[in-house]
Amino acid sequence: MSTFTTPTGFQMDNSGKRVVVDPVTRIEGHMRCEVNVDDDNIIRNAVSTGTMWRGLEVILKGRDPRDAWAFVQRICGVCTGTHALTSVRCVEDALGIQIPENANSIRNIMQLTLQVHDHLVHFYHLHALDWVNPVNALKADPKATSELQQMVAPNHPKSSPGYFRDIQNRLKKFVESGQLGPFKNGYWTNPAYLLPPEADLMAVTHYLEALDFQKEIMKIRTIFGGKDPHPNWMVGGVPCAINMNDDMAAGAPLNMVTLNQISSIIDQTRDFVKNVYIPDILAVGQFYKGWLYGGGLSGINVLAYGDIPDRANDYSPGNLMMPHGAIINGNLKEVHPVDLRNPDEIQEFVPHSWYQYPDEARGLHPWDGITEPKYELGPNTKGTRTNIQEIDEGAKYSWIKAPRWNGHAMEVGPLARYVVGYANGHEYITEQINFVLKTLDVPVSALFSTLGRTAARALEADWAGDQMRYFMDKLMANIKAGDISTANTDNWNPATWPQSVKGVGFSEAPRGALGHWIQIKDTKIDNYQCIVPTTWNGSPRDSQGGIGAFEASLMNTKVERKEEPVEILRTLHSFDPCLACSTHVMGEDGKELATVKVR
Amino acid sequence: MTDTTSPKVLILGIGNLLWADEGFGVRAVETLQREYRFAGDVTLLDGGTQGIYLVQYIRDADILVVFDAVDYGLPGGTLKLIEGDEVPKFLGAKKVSLHQTGFQEVLALAEMMGDYPRELLLVGVQPVAIEDFGGSLRPEVKAQLPAALDAALDYLAQRGIRAQRREAPLPANVDAAGAIADMTLYENERPAEEQACRTGDARVLNSSDYQVEYRPADIDGVSVALDQHLDGYRERG
Repeated sequence: MSTFTTPTGFQMDNSGKRVVVDPVTRIEGHMRCEVNVDDDNIIRNAVSTGTMWRGLEVILKGRDPRDAWAFVQRICGVCTGTHALTSVRCVEDALGIQIPENANSIRNIMQLTLQVHDHLVHFYHLHALDWVNPVNALKADPKATSELQQMVAPNHPKSSPGYFRDIQNRLKKFVESGQLGPFKNGYWTNPAYLLPPEADLMAVTHYLEALDFQKEIMKIRTIFGGKDPHPNWMVGGVPCAINMNDDMAAGAPLNMVTLNQISSIIDQTRDFVKNVYIPDILAVGQFYKGWLYGGGLSGINVLAYGDIPDRANDYSPGNLMMPHGAIINGNLKEVHPVDLRNPDEIQEFVPHSWYQYPDEARGLHPWDGITEPKYELGPNTKGTRTNIQEIDEGAKYSWIKAPRWNGHAMEVGPLARYVVGYANGHEYITEQINFVLKTLDVPVSALFSTLGRTAARALEADWAGDQMRYFMDKLMANIKAGDISTANTDNWNPATWPQSVKGVGFSEAPRGALGHWIQIKDTKIDNYQCIVPTTWNGSPRDSQGGIGAFEASLMNTKVERKEEPVEILRTLHSFDPCLACSTHVMGEDGKELATVKVR
Repeated sequence: MTDTTSPKVLILGIGNLLWADEGFGVRAVETLQREYRFAGDVTLLDGGTQGIYLVQYIRDADILVVFDAVDYGLPGGTLKLIEGDEVPKFLGAKKVSLHQTGFQEVLALAEMMGDYPRELLLVGVQPVAIEDFGGSLRPEVKAQLPAALDAALDYLAQRGIRAQRREAPLPANVDAAGAIADMTLYENERPAEEQACRTGDARVLNSSDYQVEYRPADIDGVSVALDQHLDGYRERG
């Protein structure tokens, strides 16, 4: 048994029953979670393990830096574009390449599109089933569901009793055939589900509508990126030429027809978020606002790099439309600037990670980063090297490194961004947050919760939709003013590059702050390091006993049934974990159901 | 449905290019695109490891051809065709890679939306090696690319979908998509083993003991085993 207090004030106690969830399902990648619960079923110790080795950086050694984006976008199954964007920014920073305004607007539209798309897919298809019970939806009265729909979103056209009856019948047929498909493997009799059947039916219906809506939003990437789901990116700008006088046949993918198409999809996107996503979040919030677990580090230490530069090539906080800064020790009155180049600010530690450094008491800035695997288990491990029953968190226990900002474990992601934005007085964000708090009649502290994380993601999708419109208008105005430049190829030729340079690129991925650091030597990649959002959130412990955001978020949560960890999944899912790039894409065996063991 | 218009065809390659034979599906569709042109409504798609984002493409297709590395439990490099209802069972029945869970679910979602492809073909090859990060196709698997393409082309020809061989293959799209788009360049530029660790986590690579459990749900008094449709291929596994 061991007990200690973390620097952020969590009382850790691993004496209670151990519950193991492996793998954590409905996430990208492979993750394991172990908790100890006391006699009252309260989580008193939490251990999160990234169970896949990540080789993202090492395969880039010796390659052409202009190709790096194409490799990094293959790492992950969901956020391809954001890695590619961060990579081209990183190379441009190293080589001092300035991109044209049109390229900046187009990249921003693509990044914002990804934000909305990813947030929608995450909420409806990966996270909703932690709050919504599709089996319970079969008991709903379609007429009452129609009334509920008209009450929460009067502008949404699909709200007739017949419509909901149809969906319910389809669902019933699906369930009766034994093919619950995506709804299989749920804990559908667990008392942690609180929605009435009508709200469940409404949400399941929107699950299907969101699936349908995807087909529109992804066209934006196809048009700007030339193809989908792996659009083309380019160091120096964007690879799509603009030609307003010709049609597609001339090889210019951007013309009046395609630009109008994008404009119309942007309108549909904003409609969907405002009339479906936001009302659903408020409805879920209304029923679950008594369940405010899961805050973890969100009210204590949060970090955002910022993103969406208004003008091209200016990455200073004043020009970034997404919040930038760090908050520590819960002091919302002070937002600290973050410098990704400062060797003392962002460092990765490995005393509890399956990597080795020459001196593990020290952290390494990514420019000096080392990715050398070392798989060893602590003396208190139960099980074997290839079949761990209980991990020993006192030793190395994860394939994720432990990044720290000035020594602090930080939460990143939509909630972190929104907390920073709120603290900074970001006008749009403050208004949104105040609206939600007022509508749900909850205090500001309610923001620091699992529900707050889920709500922040929805609010951010709404914000992102509005900014898509802003950049589309900006792009059109610039084109009309005669500027059709989309790429700067002045420094394309490696002969123009210095012998040795380094650069950093950052973005706000849907899941949080993302940084890439590069060193280029003799025109080839000498070192490449990424710190991805799930590395911050899923971080293991450090030598000071600091715990990462996942572990902190599970602390002190009440679990209704130990063998059905709905609450654990709900909170972990609220981060939208993506272990594919924080570790790497390997090992899922197609049997996606979590094995839960209680010891 | 009447068949007066030509069917919509989706030829999809799935898998991760960075994991040796896991890249088979994507390499196959890439090669097909460079060597053939199609008449009619035919889409060739590099699906990578995208899961749910592919649903839309599947829903749009009348005929779906999938290239993938599939663990059939056969000798490495064996090519095997699966058709129709059997297809989803092989996409997720056994451990091969992350995306396959996703892809089985993608098919289930398409079915739930009422837009399941009318005809399905899986052109699968048994991988020789996957646990080789940054690696390329093994010779046995690479050698099956022409046969895999022929199998897909025959299947489509039987359904009236004709392909014409290009006089010269299109060049790899290296300018726009980087060295990864050219298998040879991808192989030649690979960092040496001592520079870049190539293996994965022993625990994950060896694990096959995640037990599938049943969670019967009570629906209006009727008990339903929620994932009983997986039974058929649990036995197979």
